[in-house]
Amino acid sequence: MAISREEVEHVARLARLELTEEEIELFRGQLSAVLERAQRIQALDLEDVPETAHPIELSNVWREDVVVPPPDSEAILSNAPERDGPFFRVPKILEDAD
Amino acid sequence: MTYTELWRLSATELSSLLERREIKAAEVAESVIGRIEQTEPKLNAFISRTGDAAVRHGARIDEERARGIEMGSLAGVTVAVKDIFCTKGIRTTAGSKILDNYKPPYDSTVWSHLREARTLMVGKTNLDEFAMGSSTENSAFGPTRNPWDTSRVPGGSSGGSAAAVASGMATISVGTDTGGSIRQPACLSGIVGLKPTYGLVSRFGMVAFASSLDQAGPMTRTVRDAALVLREIARHDPRDATSIPGDRPDYVAGLGRPITGMRFGVVKELMGEGMQPGVSERVREALVVLEKLGGIVEEVSLPSFGYGLDAYYIIAPAEASSNLARYDGTRYGLRADAPDVQKMNRATRESGFGAEVKRRILLGTYALSSGYYDAWYGRALKLRTQIVRDFERAFEGFDLLVSPTSPTTAFRIGERIDDPMQMYLSDVCTIPTNLAGTTAISIPCGLASEDQLPVGLQLMGPALGEATVLRAAFAIEDELKFSAARAMGTIA
Repeated sequence: MAISREEVEHVARLARLELTEEEIELFRGQLSAVLERAQRIQALDLEDVPETAHPIELSNVWREDVVVPPPDSEAILSNAPERDGPFFRVPKILEDAD
Repeated sequence: MTYTELWRLSATELSSLLERREIKAAEVAESVIGRIEQTEPKLNAFISRTGDAAVRHGARIDEERARGIEMGSLAGVTVAVKDIFCTKGIRTTAGSKILDNYKPPYDSTVWSHLREARTLMVGKTNLDEFAMGSSTENSAFGPTRNPWDTSRVPGGSSGGSAAAVASGMATISVGTDTGGSIRQPACLSGIVGLKPTYGLVSRFGMVAFASSLDQAGPMTRTVRDAALVLREIARHDPRDATSIPGDRPDYVAGLGRPITGMRFGVVKELMGEGMQPGVSERVREALVVLEKLGGIVEEVSLPSFGYGLDAYYIIAPAEASSNLARYDGTRYGLRADAPDVQKMNRATRESGFGAEVKRRILLGTYALSSGYYDAWYGRALKLRTQIVRDFERAFEGFDLLVSPTSPTTAFRIGERIDDPMQMYLSDVCTIPTNLAGTTAISIPCGLASEDQLPVGLQLMGPALGEATVLRAAFAIEDELKFSAARAMGTIA
C-alpha cells in the first residue's frame, strides 16, 4: 500500500503543514508502512457492523442557564502572539487587489 | 528509615504520619525536592519544576493542621503532574515547542481536585509531544530516561510521570491514556498505572489528543495509592459534556477483600507473537498466583483484539488531525513570521510540531479525506464496534481479562524512533481498552530474567469496573511483594 508523493503533498495542504523535501520523502515511506499493515482491515467482513465513533451513549447534556463570572480576558489575551487592545492581531487575510 | 528519606514513602504511609503529626508536609516537600535535585539530571523527567511553591504550601498545611484543621488523605503528599494538564498561570507545554510559553488562564479539573485535596505539586512532567508516542522520545524537551536503566526509555507518553514516581521524585502522579499512555510507561518503569472508564474523570483542561479515547488516571507505586488518587479525581464535571453523571464508589474501601471465585480470562490474541520470553514467564507466574488466591483462570479468544492496533492508528490520528487544527499561531503559542495568514499558519505548524505529530496529522487527514473516508476511517469505526462486542461477550463469562501490559520490557533510547510501526506495536495490548472506553490497570509482576527490567500485568475490567480491577490488583500485589522501592535504590 504505497502512497504517492502527490498524496502526501495534497494531505499536507489540507492540514496546513508546510513540509520540507526530506519530510515529504520520509513521511511517504513511513505512512505507506503504517497503511500497509492496516490494510488487513480491508479484508474483514464488516458489512453489517454499525460504526462506533464514541464509547459512551451520548445525548444532549443540559444544565441550568445561570450567569457565572466570565474567564479573565486579560489572562487569555496575554498568551496572544500579537494583540491590539482586546483583539488578537494576525497578518493580512485578503490578497492585495492588483 | 530516617525522616530525611520521606521521598521513599507511599501516599498511604505519608498520610498516616502526617495525620498523626509525626512529620511535617514541608519536610515531605523538601525531601522530595532534594531527591529531584540529585536524580533529575540523570532522568530528565520534568519540563517545569515548582518545588518552591510546594514547600510554601506544605508549610501552610502544617500551620493549619497545628490549629486542628482536618484534611483529606492526600494533604501534604507530593504530586508530579503530566504537562498536558492545564495549570493556571503555570507553563503547560504538552511537550511541544508550539506551546513552549503557554500559561493557561484556568486549571484543568484533575489538577483542581488535587489542588483542593492539598497535594503539593513539585513539577510538570515530560511526555511525548501531545501524548503521541510510546517512549517519551518525541518530546521537544528531550527524552526521559528509565530509572532502572538510563540507556532505556521509560515508556510513554506519560514517561516523565512514570520515571518521577519510580525514582522517588514524586509520591504520586497523574497521566493521560489514549492508547496506553498511562499503563505502558507504568509497566516499563515498574509502577502502577490505572486507565479509568471513559467519562469517569473529567477531560476539562486536558490538552486534547483524541477526544473519544483520552482519559486521565493515577500513576503510583502501590495499588492503594492509585485508589486514593482515583477517589480524588473521579468526579462528575459539568464542564465536560462526556463526564458520566452521578456519584463514584469508594475505590479504597474494597481493597483487601478476597478474590476467591473471581473469573479471569487470559486473552489469547494478546499472549502471542512478539512477546519477550521473560515477559511471558512473569505473566504466566502471575496467572498461577491468581489461581492460588482462589481465582479461576481460563483462556479466551477475542479475535477483534488482533486488529485493535490497526483501528487505533486510523481513529486516533483522525481525531488528532482535527483537534490540532487549533494550533494556528493566532490566539496562543508559537507564531512564525509570514506575510499572510495562510502562510503564517503553515510556517507556524511546520516549525512548531515535531515529526511524530506531523506524521499523525498527515495519517489522520488522509484517513478522513474525500475518497478514503469509508475505506479507512469508516472501517476502523466498524472494527471498533467489533472490539466493544468482544469485550461485552467476554464479560458475560469473566470478571476481568488478563494480558501483559507491554509485550517487551523497556527498549533502548533510539531503538524504535525511526520505525513508527515498531513503536506503535508497544501499544498492542493496551489499545482495545481505549477503543471500548473500559478500564484497565497495569501492575508490576516482577523482573524479566534476561534483562532484569520490570514486567507489567494488565487487568482489564468492564466499564465502571474500577473497584473490581483495583481489588484484584491489590490482592496480586500483596502476594507478589514486588517492590517499586527497588528502582529508587538502583539509581541513587
